[in-house]
Amino acid sequence: MRATSPGSPHQRPSRTVLVLLLLACFTVVTLDVRGGDDSPVDPLRSAVGEVLGPIERGAAAAVRPVVAVPQFFRSTSGLRADVSRLEAENARLRGEVATSGVDRNRAAELDGLLAGARGTGYAVVPARVIAMGPAQSFTRSVTIDAGTSSGIEPDMTVLNNDGLVGRVIRADRTTATVLLVVDRQSVVGGRLGSTMEVGHLRGRGDHGDDARLDLDLVDQNAAPTRNDVLVTWGSRNGAPYVAGIPIGVVTTVSISPRQLSARAVIAPFVDFTSLDLVGVVVDPDTEGDRAVLNAGPAEESP
Amino acid sequence: MSVLRLSVLAALVTGAVVLQVAAFSYLSYDGVVPNLALLVVVAAALVRGPDFAATLGFFAGLAVDLAPPADHVAGRWALALVVVGYVAGRVRHDAGASALGAVVTVAASSFIGTSVFALSGMLLLDPAVPVAEALRVIPVSVGYDVLLTPLVLPLAMRLFRRIRPYEVAV
Repeated sequence: MRATSPGSPHQRPSRTVLVLLLLACFTVVTLDVRGGDDSPVDPLRSAVGEVLGPIERGAAAAVRPVVAVPQFFRSTSGLRADVSRLEAENARLRGEVATSGVDRNRAAELDGLLAGARGTGYAVVPARVIAMGPAQSFTRSVTIDAGTSSGIEPDMTVLNNDGLVGRVIRADRTTATVLLVVDRQSVVGGRLGSTMEVGHLRGRGDHGDDARLDLDLVDQNAAPTRNDVLVTWGSRNGAPYVAGIPIGVVTTVSISPRQLSARAVIAPFVDFTSLDLVGVVVDPDTEGDRAVLNAGPAEESP
Repeated sequence: MSVLRLSVLAALVTGAVVLQVAAFSYLSYDGVVPNLALLVVVAAALVRGPDFAATLGFFAGLAVDLAPPADHVAGRWALALVVVGYVAGRVRHDAGASALGAVVTVAASSFIGTSVFALSGMLLLDPAVPVAEALRVIPVSVGYDVLLTPLVLPLAMRLFRRIRPYEVAV
């Protein structure tokens, strides 16, 4: 064994420090778990959020232009690969156009749903995603750059122009935390577009391209069909989810006699890996420090 | 001087936590980002030893637990990083000398840290992490942390050497 590095103030570690720190950890965990919804850790959490929120917002703003840089440095081989990939995709799309009658109807149905969501006149506050929770934390949540100063409260619906994103779980003054619908703890009431049957959607915790939601229908006899569109069912007073927001399409259906309800797997419309501009559904009379867009999701934001 | 040292440490930890959620989310692989806070704690352990690193790990972990958008029970990353700081500090005489030793320490620390966090989640059902997902995420996060070690660890270790008390900066 080597000699102790010169100048190291601690020759041998003290057990006391370790034990004290471990006890401190257990205390914090216990306080937070036992506290439940009004945990004593929450004030600390919002204090840290107040301080780190603006810093995260600044970091995100500084990084955003840098993220675009690698595209300029792509090698020609990468571009060539892109061309052949796009050609293949083109061919596939041409094939699809030939048989697009069904798809066109489906698209019309989807357009109708989207128009419905707009037509119901939800007022939204536009916001940008400034931070994403790492997968190591096993929670799918993001931070947005609007908070209570813009009229955002917990249990508000978050959407983008593709569909439902999630709900606000905590709001600080200038930032808010959004739990994505793909999180394992997220449960959304959903309604099938074709039969109006209702069910519960649970996230699986993935948020890549293969992100899926599991649908349990309340009525066992109501078999969902493939490519059926799912919209939010909505709750009383629109909290946490307002009604009629498109969520995704049914990809696979499984019905077994042992199960009490018909199950289906849903592919969400929203791409959770590239979330940027989102809208938070607020009361139309909300007065905040940023404009409230009446009727229509966040895509028209300045 | 002591206030200055503390503020440098606070800035370092805050910077690591913010970069981790706000900047590296663009470079995430399958949602996994490099655990910068853990790298800072390992650097502290290699320079200053287990006591200092475990204490720093506690505060860095608490920052990760409380910084938005974290939504898990507070104290879980703190626990993980205290363990990491202590373990990495104990092996520093064997590992701190060579670059390879430092990389192996980071890999082991990353494995231990992420595992402790996942296990605490399984115990507390917060959220109920399936073993399969933990087994998928842990190797990726170890790989990513090791990948970033040459960039982050020497810088952080140099900083810790400079702000070490009772000694002229090297």
